[in-house]
Amino acid sequence: MRFIYPDYEISRNLSRCIVCRACERQCSNDAHGYDEDTEKMFAIDENCVNCHRCVSICPTRALKIVKTDNTFRENNNWKVDIIKDIYRQAESGGVLLSSMGNSKDYPIYFDKLLINASQVTNPSIDPLREPMETRVFLGKKPQAIERGPDGSLLDNAPPQLELDVPVMFSAMSYGSISYTAHECLARASQKLGIYYNTGEGGLHEDFYQYGANTIVQVASGRFGVHTNYLNAGAAVEIKMGQGAKPGIGGHLPGAKTVGDISRTRMIPIGSDAISPAPHHDIYSIEDLRQLVYSLKEATDYKKPVIVKIAAVHNVAAIASGIARSGADIVAIDGFRGGTGAAPSRILNNVGIPIELALASVDQRLRDEGIRNEVSVVVGGSVRSSSDIVKAIALGADAVYIATSALIAIGCHLCRSCHQGRCNWGIATQRPDLVRRLNPEIGFQRLVNLITAWKHEIKEMLGGMGINSIEALRGNRLMLRGIGLNENELRILGVKHAGE
Amino acid sequence: MRGAIKKELREGNVRIPSGCAISGIFSKIGKRFNGNDIIKSIATMHDRSNGLGGGFAAYGIYPEYRELFALHIFYDDFRAKENAEAFIKEWFDIEDMSEIATRKTPLITDEPIIWRYFVKPAAARMKESGLDEMDYAARHIIHVNSEIQGAYVFSSGKNMGAFKAVGFPEDVGDFYKLEEYEGHCWIAHGRYPTNTPGWWGGAHPFAMLNCAVVHNGEISSYDANRRYIEMFGYKCDLLTDTEVITYIIDYLHRKLGLSLEETAAVMAAPFWSEIDRMPEEKKRKFTYLRNAFSSLLVTGPFSILVGFENGMMALGDRLKLRSMVVAEKGDLFYAASEECAIRVIEPDIEGVWAPGAGEAVIVMSNGGNV
Repeated sequence: MRFIYPDYEISRNLSRCIVCRACERQCSNDAHGYDEDTEKMFAIDENCVNCHRCVSICPTRALKIVKTDNTFRENNNWKVDIIKDIYRQAESGGVLLSSMGNSKDYPIYFDKLLINASQVTNPSIDPLREPMETRVFLGKKPQAIERGPDGSLLDNAPPQLELDVPVMFSAMSYGSISYTAHECLARASQKLGIYYNTGEGGLHEDFYQYGANTIVQVASGRFGVHTNYLNAGAAVEIKMGQGAKPGIGGHLPGAKTVGDISRTRMIPIGSDAISPAPHHDIYSIEDLRQLVYSLKEATDYKKPVIVKIAAVHNVAAIASGIARSGADIVAIDGFRGGTGAAPSRILNNVGIPIELALASVDQRLRDEGIRNEVSVVVGGSVRSSSDIVKAIALGADAVYIATSALIAIGCHLCRSCHQGRCNWGIATQRPDLVRRLNPEIGFQRLVNLITAWKHEIKEMLGGMGINSIEALRGNRLMLRGIGLNENELRILGVKHAGE
Repeated sequence: MRGAIKKELREGNVRIPSGCAISGIFSKIGKRFNGNDIIKSIATMHDRSNGLGGGFAAYGIYPEYRELFALHIFYDDFRAKENAEAFIKEWFDIEDMSEIATRKTPLITDEPIIWRYFVKPAAARMKESGLDEMDYAARHIIHVNSEIQGAYVFSSGKNMGAFKAVGFPEDVGDFYKLEEYEGHCWIAHGRYPTNTPGWWGGAHPFAMLNCAVVHNGEISSYDANRRYIEMFGYKCDLLTDTEVITYIIDYLHRKLGLSLEETAAVMAAPFWSEIDRMPEEKKRKFTYLRNAFSSLLVTGPFSILVGFENGMMALGDRLKLRSMVVAEKGDLFYAASEECAIRVIEPDIEGVWAPGAGEAVIVMSNGGNV
């Protein structure tokens, strides 16, 4: 007996199907089959993760995936997902796993913020006719000026990252995503004048050539961390937490620790790569300072150090502590941030929205007079150029994107990364699947996406009468809330629409 | 009650976009002249104001008290005056004080109580504070403005003074009897706010210690600039562009020690496309300034005139979205929103020119340093 009816059904239009069996060959989840007797295709709905690989590949558009109309008795308290989760756990006795970000129906504050535009009293600016600047620098700013003997200004700025547009690809480890996916990100970053982040799996030796556009990550497992690695990138990021799973570590199953992944991570083939929940050399803020300076020593004080944390309740005080710890950049990951695998309960219930975290961190750093001590980078579901504009107006220096980048190269958000059978060649290490991702096309699509967003950012800036994105940073008067209560408006530091 | 205006409509409670006229005259040899010329100049641009604000700042007008801070204060009532004076006496030694002489005119109404004080920091207090004279004065002036209800210090420099009111600038000049003051540097402002602030403190110039600014425009970077500069002890109470611009100049120039030219390179920075083409050394400098002080970049339309004890700076935004022309004749330097405002006082002047976008025109007294 099977308690769980599949969520999705594969709908095949038999009048269109030419029985080419492409769907069957393409599906790594074995959701399609061919019946020799009837000479017809059949579907196994329970295997389908709704990744749209078959839908996209079907030459006659014979396939679509539909939500099942099989239903339980309606109940506002015991919703379908809750009932099914109980069935699953009653069967398996295990922790439920999910991938990508929090998909529950929490408020999305980006969608409740509106952007301003100029009318009459000051002119809007046409980015096709006037320069419109999106270049930013990330890093600590000098606290005082210094002059040489001839009176000229000395460049006393600590190391900085220079971005052509304030977007970076955030951490996704080699292991959690494929070699080819990393290649797409690395090449696109170089082309776009931005940075991608290695995640915690080390840096494949083939990609050292993109070091000038690479942020190397040091996480609690310290996989693949060595001197050359630290010095290969443009900046070093200490991963303290991740928005998708604040407070817990990571687990790359042994099955994914194959070939170059084992070599890059510097662990034996087939061994589980377990990142502890905390860094075991960091039990407090003073310990963090020691790691920050260890990494600065190791890189000769030439590279900014980023500290990445998950957006949790006390995020403003934590970020303030990080700003005083010597870190150059603080990265905050909201509760909608993606992951290759996380316990579902944590994914859906821990952490806070990035918009609120960002607003409170930016304000706290200003209240303490230390906003200059760190740049603030935010991620955790930045979905579009307007989200970026809103994030920067709330106070961010730049944003991290990952889910959007994966969608650009083919991810269909089936949220099954943890199964390792990604039909799009992204979140898998199976060579036959990885081959499906064409690095040339993936690279180009990432370049296209960020280029398109850059155009849109310029249009919005021009509309506001701003010609450099620096003048938008923290410019909260350019935002108004819609449908937000007093507390939300106060935390976001914006007025309501109409005020 | 004098100066009655609904509190919620005052500057500081709402942000009011304004258009404007500005004008300035500066003698490079420090020759003093009375306020008639500057009134004539700003009056010519009558249509650029709408009667809701006008004002002047003059340098060199109090030579007998050149070492003292001259505080010009608006009071809503005598209680505010008592409170403010008690505070001032606590922190400063008052050498002289009097009501500022004004001329009754039907065109200027609802005037507050307007007093002038010549003060110096109380020596022991200042020593205790560990601050220098300027920082000490600034801190306590900011305190009066933000904490003492109904009192507003609208001018606080040495040997200089601001004079402003709700009205057309020429009527404001008449009201304050500016023909009786002699200065070597004058700047003036006529205001065109989009709604009725009606509060005298909201008129321009905005003056902070020795720096007075008149501004025409509406900057789009306002809140980015405000939230940044407030980290350094400034409080933007008025929510006006001029206020935040004055604080930016005070911070960069006086506190950090950037030159005026460097200050202008932060506020109206060259575009990256231009910086990238500069020779290496220059490129390094401009990149440094833009990066280090990126939150003090001012965008959107503005043209400003900044008065100092020994000079004047004219600066326009990086796209030249507001008009401004400058000219020189003999030892005199002129700047104004429109050429007519210069020609009306110097008809034969030659070589009137419009500074480029983001170009700072800085004139100093002979031998003076920027």
